[in-house]
Amino acid sequence: MFILNHLWIILALPLAGSMLTLLAGRHWAQKYVNLSSVGFVVLAFLSYCELAREFFNLSAAQIPWIGNYFTWMTAGNFRVDFALQVDQLTIVMLGVVTFVGMLIHIYSVGYMAHEEGYYRFFAEMNLFMFFMLTLVMAANLVLMFVGWEGVGLCSYLLISFFFQKKSAADAGKKAFITTRIGDFGFTIGILMAFWTFGSIDYKTMFAAAANMPVEGMHQWGVLTSICLLLLAGAVGKSAQLPLYVWLPDAMEGPTPVSALIHAATMVTAGVYMVARMNVLFSHAPAAMLAVAVIGGATALYAATIGLAQNDIKKVLAYSTISQLGYMFLACGVGAYAAGIFHLMTHAFFKALLFLAAGSVIHAMGGQQDMQHMGGLRKKIPWTFGTMLVATLAISGAPLFAGFFSKDEILFDAYAGPNANMVLYVVGISAALLTACYMFRLIFLTFYGKPRYDEHHVHVHESPKVMLAPLVILAILSVIGGWFVLPTYWGGKDYFQGFLDPVFASSTALAAKMHPAWTEPPHSLELTMAAIAVGVAFVGFLIAWYLYIRKPALPNKVANAFGPVYKLLLNKYYVDELYGAIIIGPLIWISRNVLWKVIDVGLIDGTVNGLAFLSRESGVGLRRMQSGNTRSYAAWVVIGAVAVTVFFVWMVR
Amino acid sequence: MADHNYLLTVITFFPLMGTFTLLLLSGDDHVWIRRFTLFASVIEFIMSLFLLRGFSLADGGYQFEEFYAWIPSLHIHYHMGVDGISLFLILLTTFLTPLAILCSWNSIHEHVKEFFAMLLVLEMGMVGVFCALDLFLFFVFWEVMLIPMYFLIGIWGHGRKVYAALKFILYTMLGSILMLVGILWLFHLSGVAGNPTFDLPTIVSMLHNGQISLPWHSEILLFLAFILAFAIKVPVFPLHTWLPDAHTEAPTAGSVILAGVLLKMGTYGMLRFCLPLFPEASHRAAPMIAVLAIIGIIYAALVAMVQTNLKRLVAYTSVSHLGFVVLGIFVFNPTAMEGAIYQMLNHGVSTGMLFLVCGMIYDRRHTYEFSELGGLAKSMPVLCAFFLFACLSSLALPLLNGFIGEFMILIGTFEHHEAWAIWAATGAILSAVYLLWAYQRTALEKITVAKNENLPDATPRERLILITASVVIVFMGVASPLFTHRMDATTHALLQQVGNPASYTARHVAPQAAQPMQHDLALRSVTLERRAQP
Repeated sequence: MFILNHLWIILALPLAGSMLTLLAGRHWAQKYVNLSSVGFVVLAFLSYCELAREFFNLSAAQIPWIGNYFTWMTAGNFRVDFALQVDQLTIVMLGVVTFVGMLIHIYSVGYMAHEEGYYRFFAEMNLFMFFMLTLVMAANLVLMFVGWEGVGLCSYLLISFFFQKKSAADAGKKAFITTRIGDFGFTIGILMAFWTFGSIDYKTMFAAAANMPVEGMHQWGVLTSICLLLLAGAVGKSAQLPLYVWLPDAMEGPTPVSALIHAATMVTAGVYMVARMNVLFSHAPAAMLAVAVIGGATALYAATIGLAQNDIKKVLAYSTISQLGYMFLACGVGAYAAGIFHLMTHAFFKALLFLAAGSVIHAMGGQQDMQHMGGLRKKIPWTFGTMLVATLAISGAPLFAGFFSKDEILFDAYAGPNANMVLYVVGISAALLTACYMFRLIFLTFYGKPRYDEHHVHVHESPKVMLAPLVILAILSVIGGWFVLPTYWGGKDYFQGFLDPVFASSTALAAKMHPAWTEPPHSLELTMAAIAVGVAFVGFLIAWYLYIRKPALPNKVANAFGPVYKLLLNKYYVDELYGAIIIGPLIWISRNVLWKVIDVGLIDGTVNGLAFLSRESGVGLRRMQSGNTRSYAAWVVIGAVAVTVFFVWMVR
Repeated sequence: MADHNYLLTVITFFPLMGTFTLLLLSGDDHVWIRRFTLFASVIEFIMSLFLLRGFSLADGGYQFEEFYAWIPSLHIHYHMGVDGISLFLILLTTFLTPLAILCSWNSIHEHVKEFFAMLLVLEMGMVGVFCALDLFLFFVFWEVMLIPMYFLIGIWGHGRKVYAALKFILYTMLGSILMLVGILWLFHLSGVAGNPTFDLPTIVSMLHNGQISLPWHSEILLFLAFILAFAIKVPVFPLHTWLPDAHTEAPTAGSVILAGVLLKMGTYGMLRFCLPLFPEASHRAAPMIAVLAIIGIIYAALVAMVQTNLKRLVAYTSVSHLGFVVLGIFVFNPTAMEGAIYQMLNHGVSTGMLFLVCGMIYDRRHTYEFSELGGLAKSMPVLCAFFLFACLSSLALPLLNGFIGEFMILIGTFEHHEAWAIWAATGAILSAVYLLWAYQRTALEKITVAKNENLPDATPRERLILITASVVIVFMGVASPLFTHRMDATTHALLQQVGNPASYTARHVAPQAAQPMQHDLALRSVTLERRAQP
């Protein structure tokens, strides 16, 4: 029971690593930096393992297990405790964060070895782990917000890690500000939740919400408002429409950062938050629908952009946005467990994809443009092999992790209590595109003839410290989904069963809301799986035909559909649009109207004008002090009259 | 009334003693002048910490009171005392003064003795303002503190320093005169009621028990006289244009003290005078003041965003941040009010630190223009790391101090006025925009000006300053109850005096809620069911 009684240890470990590395690491040799930063993350993972062991010994009544450490804020009747909690959902999320985080730290030892600011990188990565764990373990909304903003900060720091590049500095700033726009909604949501429930503790909130009536689709109540506001935060953090624009730019950061923060952990915080708030969302069907629609739309939208990108990391970025859309879609149709399941498998295979892409970039000496790659299969076989596994997983090849999780989402969209045919079609179309753009990436990178100068680029396989995490993640990308395997012969879904206590009330509520809905037959599950696999295979075939069979064809297609291709290549010009209708005008108005006209011209001008006037009138008054007795007498008379008139007026 | 406790008098006049001793030193002995001033200010800080020891959490009234007749013929008393509002403001003053002295170590070359003497006189004036409970005494300290500030800007400033100093003094004087009229009027009223006095607690109780009856139009005029003086000081939009000039031209120590302490005197005055003396007028004026505060938050943030001068940018952020404080005061909610008091302290430390960093950059480059900066993180990584830290504190990152104050204000505001809270919260987005952009233009990207390539990084003295400020920022961000508990009783008492606009216990969870209420959300107007049936 040691860790359960001292939950703070899990947070304190990476924080200690971060502080130590930040304060002392500057003058250390790299191995000491490794020892302190990677070491502390490994310790965090080990304490997580111990926590999980202890957790399984708890009785159902003891969950959620809460550790309350100190009061962080209190004033009036508002109070926030620094309280951590552990339940089934936390266990899953903690596992993903600590394990993937640890692997990526190890990988970074090899990847970042030659970069300036080595210690800074690791200090910031450790700090990120601290905030991410806070986010996941928080027992109240405000503490979650602490982790939420904290990971945003680390994301900012790490995106602009190469701060001398203007693009990196811009991208970091953009990420922070865009997510802050979402956090504006999150903040208001917290305020409203506090005054609605009287507390921001999960326990009190959920208990109160569970007793409230379910709100109508058209008659929004307070729960719908809260959920929509929280959703705004989730949309920003998880890069969904319309706030996704920061994530592709975030690829300016070092690749391990993209893998950890912008694929496996931080960007999934929005999904986690929606799942965590499932009691609230279940009572607000309109907000649920919004979650599902945003998720579905994003899944498809980002996948189309992914088709036309040439930067290997950008493809993966749009793929991440698209996959996060799937998770939102799952939560939106009430399949929270499926959403979290996809979150987990996605963490494995997307982290792997990024790390493998990093290995490719490493091998190519920094080249990220797939148009200048090709034929790398033989030269970097380990990277190729692991990346192929991840691609199969994300495309939904049978028995790979992504197959199970994506299938579950599509199944729930089609046949769950909140089933929605449109969303299912959107989801399955995105699955087709996913297979297509992922195999396009594989074919462009590893197949065909080399399209780079072989005399200048010396392609080399990465060191073992980088390959080991790849292999481990590749194994997980295969077996990570086997929790649900038994369902295919009518057995039990272990993953869903494990998470059930967290989502039980929402599931029960959904069943109550849709009395007509019945558990779909087992055969349907197999049929749906077959359809999904078939669709993914079509996607694969398209990519194969275009990039292996007829490599000249893509250019012709691009030319034939010039405007469409250009639209996709330029990401629908959304960045330009935001620039033209929001950022540009805001800056222009601030500079030319608010500052130069109102502040300097109007307000200050008035003040200086008054000063001028008073000086001039002072000069005028001076003339009255003429020294001439008669004029003084005249002034006395005028004054006396004025005073009399005043008093008469007053007395009247 | 007076128990024999002279702590406040000692704290108030110790800096003046320091000044006199300083004047005995030879004017050329710069080293000892600096050392002695620093020593005196540190002793002063340590002495002020004794306030914490004797301060009672349960007492909502004034503590450490001293009460003597000063000018009996005019009924003027020497009445000093602190409560939960002024306690930490005094500490803030005594904390920032040594930092201001340390940061001026090498940047003042002319009239060194006079400079440090001015700083100590200033400190006396500031501590006195926060301690004085007699209106006349308050006014004396209020004026005393203006003079050294005027000279600090006018003599040791840069650029258009005389213009800035004059603008500063004229603006403030205008407010002071109105306030003086108000003070004399109150004195007159108390005389009419048969007990002529300048004593604030006495006047407040006379007003409350009806001994002084104040007709509505007189109350509003008196209220205006006071609030204008304080609003100029804060400054509340649109009375803020003296501030960017004063800050930009002031020496670093001047800016630190100006932003850190002087601006708080406006908000302190609102809490100390406007609310208890004129509760009715405060309530009536609250919507207007709150709207001005919110305009200030957004407007100043937008104007800050497009500044081309680092220090001017930081100056505008003060207007934006103080808008939060004013808002928190005028929603008459305990959470918001404690948030406002806390935010006063936060702003003092965070913005103080920002100005300190600005000053360190200026010491090296003699410019604040962004076009001359850029890429400094390459040449001065440590200094820039502290700069970023100060920015984060200022943009209200959780676990740093700014978040606590801002969040409490928002929570408290939201209870009574959802729309105000929502508008104010946009300030959080904008603060990220202007601060991160400022940081980028100063510290990130490639170095474009050759002079920036070989700048020395933070010296040990500078690190000491910045580390001290950072530790306080983190401490205040994590351990806020240590502060807010000491404000509870006073806030409670004050709100009882002012009266609370709406009961806030009745608005909790409403499972079987009924009575719908109109909401003014940005998303769309939604019907909420939350008010419990009585």
